[in-house]
Amino acid sequence: MSEAVSALAGSSAHGFVDVTEAGLVGMVTIRGDYGNTEFRDKVATLLGLNVPDQRQMTTGGTDKLLWMSPDELLLVCPHGEADARVGALSAGLSGVHHLAVNVSDARAAFCVKGTASGVREALAKLSPADLRASVLPVGEVRRTRLAQVPAAIWLESEDRAMVVCFRSVAGYVFDLLTQASKPGSEPRYF
Amino acid sequence: MSHRLETGGRLIDRTVPRQFTFNGKTMRGYAGDTLASALLGQGQMLVGRSFKYHRPRGIVASGAEEPNALMSLGTDKTFEPNARATTTELFDGLAAESQNHWPSLEFDIGEINAKLSRFLPAGFYYKMFLWPRSFWKHVYEPIIRKSAGLGRAPRHRDADHYEHFNATVDVLIVGGGIAGLQAAKAAGEAGADVLLIEQTAHWGGRAPVDGAVIDRVSADEWVSTTLATLEAMPNVRLRMRTMGAGVYDHGYALAYERLTDHAPDPSLPRHRLWRIRAGRIVTATGAIERPLSFAGNDLPGVMLASAVRDYVTNYAVAPGQRTVVVTNNDDGYRTALTVQNAGLEAVVLDARSGATGPLAEAARAAGIRVMTGRGISKVTGKGKVEAVAVCDVLGAGAVLEELQADCVAMAGGWSPVVHLWSHCGGKLTWQDDGALFRPDPKRAPTGADGAAFVLAAGTANGEFTTADVLSDAQKTGEAAAIQVVASGKAGAAATADPEIVQAMRPVWTMPEKASYALRSKAWLDYQNDVKVTDVELAAREGFESVEHAKRYTTLGMATDQGKLSNINGLAVLAGQLGQDIPKVGTTTFRPPYHPISMGAIAGEARGDLFQPIRKTPIHDWHDANGAHWEPVGHWRRPYAFVKEGEDIQTAVNREVLATRNSVGLLDASTLGKLVVKGPDAGRFMDMMYTNMMSTLAVGKCRYGLMCSENGFLSDDGVVARIDEDTWLCHTTTGGADRIHAHMEEWLQTEWWNWKVYVANVTEQYAQIGVVGPKARDVLIKLGGMDLSKDGLPFMQWAEGALGQFSARVFRISFSGELSFEIAVPASQGRAFWDALLEAGAEFRITPYGTEALHIMRAEKGFIMIGDETDGTVIPQDLGLNWAISKKKEDFLGKRAQERDHMTDPLRWKLVGLETLDGSVLPDGSYAVGEGMNANGQRVVQGRVTSTYHSPTLDRGIAMGLVELGPDRMGEVMEFNRVDGTYVLAKIVHQVFFDRDGDKQNV
Repeated sequence: MSEAVSALAGSSAHGFVDVTEAGLVGMVTIRGDYGNTEFRDKVATLLGLNVPDQRQMTTGGTDKLLWMSPDELLLVCPHGEADARVGALSAGLSGVHHLAVNVSDARAAFCVKGTASGVREALAKLSPADLRASVLPVGEVRRTRLAQVPAAIWLESEDRAMVVCFRSVAGYVFDLLTQASKPGSEPRYF
Repeated sequence: MSHRLETGGRLIDRTVPRQFTFNGKTMRGYAGDTLASALLGQGQMLVGRSFKYHRPRGIVASGAEEPNALMSLGTDKTFEPNARATTTELFDGLAAESQNHWPSLEFDIGEINAKLSRFLPAGFYYKMFLWPRSFWKHVYEPIIRKSAGLGRAPRHRDADHYEHFNATVDVLIVGGGIAGLQAAKAAGEAGADVLLIEQTAHWGGRAPVDGAVIDRVSADEWVSTTLATLEAMPNVRLRMRTMGAGVYDHGYALAYERLTDHAPDPSLPRHRLWRIRAGRIVTATGAIERPLSFAGNDLPGVMLASAVRDYVTNYAVAPGQRTVVVTNNDDGYRTALTVQNAGLEAVVLDARSGATGPLAEAARAAGIRVMTGRGISKVTGKGKVEAVAVCDVLGAGAVLEELQADCVAMAGGWSPVVHLWSHCGGKLTWQDDGALFRPDPKRAPTGADGAAFVLAAGTANGEFTTADVLSDAQKTGEAAAIQVVASGKAGAAATADPEIVQAMRPVWTMPEKASYALRSKAWLDYQNDVKVTDVELAAREGFESVEHAKRYTTLGMATDQGKLSNINGLAVLAGQLGQDIPKVGTTTFRPPYHPISMGAIAGEARGDLFQPIRKTPIHDWHDANGAHWEPVGHWRRPYAFVKEGEDIQTAVNREVLATRNSVGLLDASTLGKLVVKGPDAGRFMDMMYTNMMSTLAVGKCRYGLMCSENGFLSDDGVVARIDEDTWLCHTTTGGADRIHAHMEEWLQTEWWNWKVYVANVTEQYAQIGVVGPKARDVLIKLGGMDLSKDGLPFMQWAEGALGQFSARVFRISFSGELSFEIAVPASQGRAFWDALLEAGAEFRITPYGTEALHIMRAEKGFIMIGDETDGTVIPQDLGLNWAISKKKEDFLGKRAQERDHMTDPLRWKLVGLETLDGSVLPDGSYAVGEGMNANGQRVVQGRVTSTYHSPTLDRGIAMGLVELGPDRMGEVMEFNRVDGTYVLAKIVHQVFFDRDGDKQNV
């Protein structure tokens, strides 16, 4: 197979937080009726991960399962394994109404790393979401927007956030985050 | 003349001198000065000219309400007009220029207007310039524009940058005076997340200047103690130089932080616009003092009494040597005492018949001359205050005594700053005591829960003694917090001694029976030159509504938005109408409170970040290979790849011919790709598309049309059946998000129980068209899949490994050529493109852009959404009846297409058009008919929808919609050109090239 490359090939910038394109990340959209316990359990068994509650995520091994909406989850896994995950889900859920589709390449992911306050402040320049630690703790997912484009954000730890956006606007989002983290422009708020 | 005092100045640091220029002249001030205090400190009383009469004007106020001292700051890329000297902090190297003067501030030709002022009454412009009509454009407007005032627009790109910041808080408190500090403390103690913002660079507001004593210590001391307490509270945040600009629905507020205006640094954001979502907003915005309306009240040296003591106390600047304080309330005595204590002279004219309050007594005890029942008949002087004529305040202005003076301090009472309270619908109530509008808590702005989300506190809430302000602020801060966090308890309010206050006496024109001559020199709105007589004239002429009177006279319409003039103006209007002031009401308060920069509003959205640009995985190659870009939605697509020595048209022709004759390469990644899956997907597809999609066999492709409910053609594209319950829909580039939303809307609102999921996988794939007679040869070189005529027939797809790429190959054609569209994962898109270029090199493979794509589809008579359709066109107009199922019971648009207007045989229908001379028809040109229609317009019978030069046929080709078009083959019609001439074109079949489709079927 030809070697795959991410949208910005791992570009990075250094400011009051560091912004790094996270490279290739496997992502699978899984839609279905999570209100149905049988379905919920089946997905959990197939993935080896609990189905997360509203706005939460679960983690296990190399994978993460993120809540996107009442009928949609996002599986994050190694890029090379996304097709296999889709295959396993499709086989395991055969005959049950669902949609599992590989969206790894439709996305770009960024890691924003720095001080705890710096990470939240850089994001708060761009996102209208409530980023107070009491409202968005580590491990909770927020679908929001950054300036003019949709994005999902979550904190992996107090000093590190992940940002996911569409691949076509990877350059825009990188430039946004880079400008927002320009040294000296810290709002010193959080 | 104004001057700097030897000692004092609580805000300035005499050890840090600052140098600046005013109209090119070098001047000096100190750190902590505002531009206004520095100018006054240098004796510069004259700071601008008024808008209409070019009257000399001086500094009136000390804060955001200043109407006169508007400056142009900076040069070239940092130039900014209309900056208030009173809110501009002084820094080294500041360059200020006064505005609205020509040729110079001291000698201004426009001053002649003042001499003509009796010919320039309210509404003059409306009356004068009605006739003759053509004069407006050619005579009046150019002259008015030249002499009209205020700053010039910047001519250069702004060197600075700006940003936004989003914050969510329980309680936002606007205003960092003692009320704001007390409210923040209470709200913080009660457990709320609090953000306290203050527009100036200092906390404490007026209290320190006005000599408040709080908790038995000076206001300054209380403020610093309270600040320390607040700073130690983890749930309270404080921001200086941050102004509450606007309050909007649902607790949304905008605040404007000025980061570097006081210390320019182009590496930092200059302004930051705070977008705040607050549970409750407390407005602790204080009050603004009102001027008094007497003749000559616009002379430089006439100031607000509060401003006079601000300058003396805060900046050690004396506005004059001898100050006449003219007051209708106790507060004016504070200024008299401040002036006297600074070693200057003060005289008080009190409009009340007696002055018995403690402050008046203190003034008398200090040896200040106090005259009661007195007012100002007029102030005279050449370009500045020189003499004050004293009169009986109830009389007509007969002069009782003339006082020599160089400063007049006006104390006309206080108006609470109710702007933010009012922005989102908060109502006001009139209070006779103090003659003021205050927020009416029973009619507050309400949020989604039906409860008030804005609460006013302190002076902004109509409380004026220190003790009342503090207890009101404490109560309000605690209430705001508890309403949001539902628990907690605030500590007690700070205390102050009760104050004995003698009631004010409202004075709206001074003296009460002032003659016309005096009233016509009594200014209400300094910036827009509106006088008492102008408002009276408006009322007489029937502009009785306060909103009409405002627009007729321009009262309150300047950049200060009537902060000083509104109440006085509407009191005069009420007086003229014989109505009560509350009956007349106020004009509407709109955000922003004080002008904010356009840059702050734009935030990060400028330059490269103005809009997101969507890029395909192959974008960089295009960019490096001469792409002439075309915006398609937020995407950039190559219009053509222009080589050295080519112009765009030459490049397009080359790309078309190379594709037709050998092989071309198209980046089609931007095409929408929607996966539709589920047990009900077939049924859903049949509703979405006009043709039958449920019967499409797995492995096959079908071109489909989508219509709106009203039958109009909305989008088109090729649909592929992936498996038993999965379809892949291709949409137009611009249609992907729209059609995805369209599908979701129907699924979520109408067919919510259908088992269908839709996913937008547009960006998952790079999709590349390999097009032309040599297309198969190129792909065979990559190897791995059977793409022969029988292995992959036309309108089928196959999945497999193509060379090193996992690919889905669609055999479809939008050009009439042998054509494969190949989707590979986006992460391999660029590598695949490169591999195709390499494999195609021996066939001179030619990347082509959107224009070649358009030409080739037009040569084949294929329609393009947005060219042949415009939201009024149905598929039947385009001869696409073959793609409209007659078997299906229903699809979106079916019933609409049966309306009689849609089945009218006279609807314009698609045909091909060929000019007789081979030229290219103008885009959008109309086919004209005989005579005129009912509206007196030329009859038209068709229009051009697509028109190109066809390199293949070497002539102009076009498509158009023509009345009865398909029945008129061979007929020649006249098409108009912009220059008024016509070109003849013949109606032909719209397929110009390879009508039998032999080329794509090989």
